[in-house]
Amino acid sequence: MSLANYEEKATDFGNPNWVAYQTIVRTEVRRFTRIWVQTMIPPAITMTLYFIIFGSLIGRRIGEMGGFDYMAYIVPGLIMMSVITNSYANVSSSFFGSKFGRFIEEMLVSPLSNQTILLGYVTGGVVRAVFVGVIVTILSMFFTQLAIHNIFAVVSITLLTAVLFSLLGFINGVYAKRFDDVSIVPTFVLTPLTYLGGVFFSIELLPDFWAGVAQLNPILYVVNAFRYGILGVSDISLGWAYGILLSMTVVAYVIAVRLLANGAGVRS
Amino acid sequence: MSYALEINGLKKTYDNGFYALKGIDLTVEKGDFFALLGPNGAGKSTTIGILCSLVNKSSGSVKVMGYDIDQDFGMAKRHLGVVPQEFNFNQFEKTQNILINTAGYHGIPRADATPRIEHYLKRLGLWDKRDNPSRALSGGMKRRLLIARALVHQPELLILDEPTAGVDIELRRGMWDFLTEINNQGTTIILTTHYLEEAEALCRNVSIINHGEIIAKSSTRDLLSTLNTVTFVCDLASPITSVPTIEGYECVLADSMTLEVEVDKGQSLNEVFVSLSAHDVSVVSMRTKTNRLEELFVTMTSGDTQ
Repeated sequence: MSLANYEEKATDFGNPNWVAYQTIVRTEVRRFTRIWVQTMIPPAITMTLYFIIFGSLIGRRIGEMGGFDYMAYIVPGLIMMSVITNSYANVSSSFFGSKFGRFIEEMLVSPLSNQTILLGYVTGGVVRAVFVGVIVTILSMFFTQLAIHNIFAVVSITLLTAVLFSLLGFINGVYAKRFDDVSIVPTFVLTPLTYLGGVFFSIELLPDFWAGVAQLNPILYVVNAFRYGILGVSDISLGWAYGILLSMTVVAYVIAVRLLANGAGVRS
Repeated sequence: MSYALEINGLKKTYDNGFYALKGIDLTVEKGDFFALLGPNGAGKSTTIGILCSLVNKSSGSVKVMGYDIDQDFGMAKRHLGVVPQEFNFNQFEKTQNILINTAGYHGIPRADATPRIEHYLKRLGLWDKRDNPSRALSGGMKRRLLIARALVHQPELLILDEPTAGVDIELRRGMWDFLTEINNQGTTIILTTHYLEEAEALCRNVSIINHGEIIAKSSTRDLLSTLNTVTFVCDLASPITSVPTIEGYECVLADSMTLEVEVDKGQSLNEVFVSLSAHDVSVVSMRTKTNRLEELFVTMTSGDTQ
């Protein structure tokens, strides 16, 4: 009969936080791929409907916008919309789920640093956002021809946006006490901001006052910077877009780390 | 002396003003099998919660294997394994993956974790269920999974919070044997339990906590020796109708075939048997009325649990 305890004593396996980080990312990716019907299919269907209704049907009557046909004009915004919603939803629902099922305690009782926990969840959100973004991009190619104007802008804005909204989703997950709390922000804040963030129109169409108000919407910068990467046109300066996105990301990261360090929502 | 656990002046006040811990001091020696007992709401779970970072302490210090949980957070956690009262694993994960993830959180790569996970799953009778989702396990299996998960990183201090709650007798005995073996191999074990016979059977040292304060800490044997009275239940060979009078002893007839005799510390049982023989009462078997530790526990915490 074997001994109760494992014969080999604990060994130093090098950097524990790197192994732990990989473990969280692997767990997160396995989670959203296991429920792919809930995570991958809905954005594909929703975006296809946008392409058909707004791009093909209504777009034909609208004509050009920003020097491009309407379908081509809205594709970058719709790709970013899927990146935003999926990065946010992945982290907020996963972190809240681990709180609700109490298996977040597996991490809290281990030697994991707060940064490792946060980076693991954020990376999971980024991976899902990129997965869905690629799916939506491939689908869009059935409706219009995409030419990439600036690959650096496309890649960097995609990753930066996914990181920012994963962090915001994490903060939402920390504060959420019920499942309803996870859906309130996407429904009442993210969706309206996305629709008003220049996905379907150029802010040049807005009266001066509302064009000024629109510039308070961070999603406007995301959509326009990404549109610049694909089409080479933007309503706002690229430098401003990077500045605002980077600043918001740093602020969100500091808030998220502080919340974890204080044990908000997870420790009594 | 180096301790497996060293708690000094530990206080916890919750946001609603409730003083859960009022400055407890507690040490547990390396290699000990230690029981932390107390009624519901006494502060046991708060203490364990602080040890494993699920509860923020208000003040005081805690060292695990000599490592301060604030200053040497990582090292303290590496030496600590916790078996919680509730099933706090992902119910949708496969049994084996739960252990792989926990090993990963402790910095153990999958390749190194796999053989030790196989060892624990086989040793705890879960190997056949390794690919089953954990929600499909029975209650006893889930409890064993919690133990396997707590051991996967080879902690030197293992804390078990009510590990045998809701477990049938056979499985409970099996878990006792397993824990005794782990302890004999050098792992320090701290146990909280409501089954006081469990603490009496397993633990060398006991501490009783009540209202957020340690009210007793001693070896199990010394603590039990403070009991002044033990009630013996005597099964009689034939029925009797009246209680026999034994000078210096209080007797109660539970039913016609069962006599209860209170024996104070220092009194002799021989006198009881001599008197019973004189009354022509024959005893065929005898046992103590209650678990002795339970009796002591109730005495020490009496009036506090209503």
